[in-house]
Amino acid sequence: MPLTRSNWQRNKDGLGVWEHRGKVAVAGWGQSPIDRRWDGVSLDKTMGAYTMIAIQNALKDAGLTLDDVDGLLTSPDTRVGQTWAPRPYFEAPYDSEDGITLCSGEWIQKQMGMKNVKYIESNSQAMAGLMGHAAQAVGEGEAEVLVVWYPMGNLEGRYEQGATNVNSGTYTRGNAAFNAAWGYQSGAQMNALMVFEQYCRKYGYPIDGGLAPFAVNQRRNGLMTPWGFYAQHEPYQITEEDYINSRYESEPLRILDCDRPVMGVAAFVYTTAARAKDMRQKPVYILNHATASDPARSTMATLEEHQESCRRLGARMYEGSGLSAADVDVFNPYDGYLTFTQQFFEGFNWHGVKEGEAMDFYKGDMRVEGPHPFLSSGGNNGTGRTRSAIMSDCIEQLRGQAGGMGDGVQHPGAPNPGPRQIQIRHETALMGALTPGGATFLMFSTDPMAS
Amino acid sequence: MPKQIPVPMPEHKPFWDALNEHKLVVQRCTNASCSEPGRLRYPPEPKCDACGSDQFDWKQVEGKGHILEYFVVHDSRIKRMQVDQPFNLALITLDEDPGLNFLSNLPGTAPGQVPVGGAVELFFEPIVPVDDLDPACNPNQLIHEWRVI
Repeated sequence: MPLTRSNWQRNKDGLGVWEHRGKVAVAGWGQSPIDRRWDGVSLDKTMGAYTMIAIQNALKDAGLTLDDVDGLLTSPDTRVGQTWAPRPYFEAPYDSEDGITLCSGEWIQKQMGMKNVKYIESNSQAMAGLMGHAAQAVGEGEAEVLVVWYPMGNLEGRYEQGATNVNSGTYTRGNAAFNAAWGYQSGAQMNALMVFEQYCRKYGYPIDGGLAPFAVNQRRNGLMTPWGFYAQHEPYQITEEDYINSRYESEPLRILDCDRPVMGVAAFVYTTAARAKDMRQKPVYILNHATASDPARSTMATLEEHQESCRRLGARMYEGSGLSAADVDVFNPYDGYLTFTQQFFEGFNWHGVKEGEAMDFYKGDMRVEGPHPFLSSGGNNGTGRTRSAIMSDCIEQLRGQAGGMGDGVQHPGAPNPGPRQIQIRHETALMGALTPGGATFLMFSTDPMAS
Repeated sequence: MPKQIPVPMPEHKPFWDALNEHKLVVQRCTNASCSEPGRLRYPPEPKCDACGSDQFDWKQVEGKGHILEYFVVHDSRIKRMQVDQPFNLALITLDEDPGLNFLSNLPGTAPGQVPVGGAVELFFEPIVPVDDLDPACNPNQLIHEWRVI
């Protein structure tokens, strides 16, 4: 059966070691420019244009050509094609936004002239499900050189407001009627905030302000990520005072807890371990992918539900990868809102952090040059809402190249590795997204037989 | 506070109609072999999350609850509610089954002055109507709300 949107998942307890453990590798990656928004006019800055740049960079990084590619994989669940932006963009014959605000596999195959593609799936999931899908697809032989790209769009207009967006209307329809009527908008934002507050009350942390050190470190790491939004467009450090003075979105959630929507694309080349060993870069092998999808029983998930889901996810990951928490060097859980990252942290017990201890960890040394380098790219919060930085950083750190431009090129005079390269052992990496209760994580290693 | 006006789906109509009779009802699994017989669910779902059965009836529940958590919305994306910013958004657990929770703006409680853990009671709030109301909506529709007691 062809792998489609969700039939690739390892989402049950007790599945044992992943059958393709160490047999699939990431052989290349590439990043497009990252802008705050698309201007609605420039055809060299569309989602299609940026996808082509990212793919070209990824293939260059891997030492491959377009003719080597036999699989294409992407997702529409990436904030592309946003409903609140002005329409239409162009007069006929543009009868589709594919290649403009979206970018399907079919469009890319045609535009880039890929002649040997046998597997295309454009309807996969958001990060990191997309990456889990890619791993399984190569493991099962759907493709031998699979290019997967993660497009994140940001168009004109106020986010989730205006035009035909549901938030601008008088009515709330369907299942949303049971939450939007009171002002509920986003699970990642609002449910996670509610759970974060429950967490702080349970473990005795301040509800407001306790995430300041985390936000500051994320920006610091992001400024050492040359291809990230802040390093390129707003290259200044924030302080804890800046955090405390930033405006509330939903008190106690501050604007600096929230990732910044951006326009950019990252692409990754997946291939078999056998083929990867002769490619340009040192392979980064995949030891497992694991998913936990645990819907809330009622309107909102509770702390207990999120903790249980993350515990389950951690157990599945360690069982399937054959590693334990003590084996994980690089740890990149999703941080789209800083309020939910601690659940992943504790579910995976990274660096011995147990339930209720993450906020204490944030007060300590989590710098990249220290003993506990956490989210070493700066994640979403520190690089803009790419959602892919957590993945790219795993590749860079395991190769020992953190600090490059993501274009497959060693730039003259640029340090490589850069100052973001972690100083502790960097042989394994764990990353995943999106939110507690619904997340996929992947385990990477420099050694396909790691134990 | 003008809320977005619910447009009921056909399968949810008994719920919204019950509100108009000043009753709060939730689904109750009627599958005799369910691992948790009589398990309640809210919001409505097609199937029981314990046994997967689609057999259910509507059970009226007493409108008593407690505040589990809350935050204060300062920058809502929902246009209709922006005029009332900042406003509370609270999560209420049902005393009859604390596994069920409901959203509330806690009318009458100042933003940020919410007594977490405190008791609340149900009341029924009229929608704020508009001209040219969607014909699928009842102009006298009531919405379930909660207030601190």
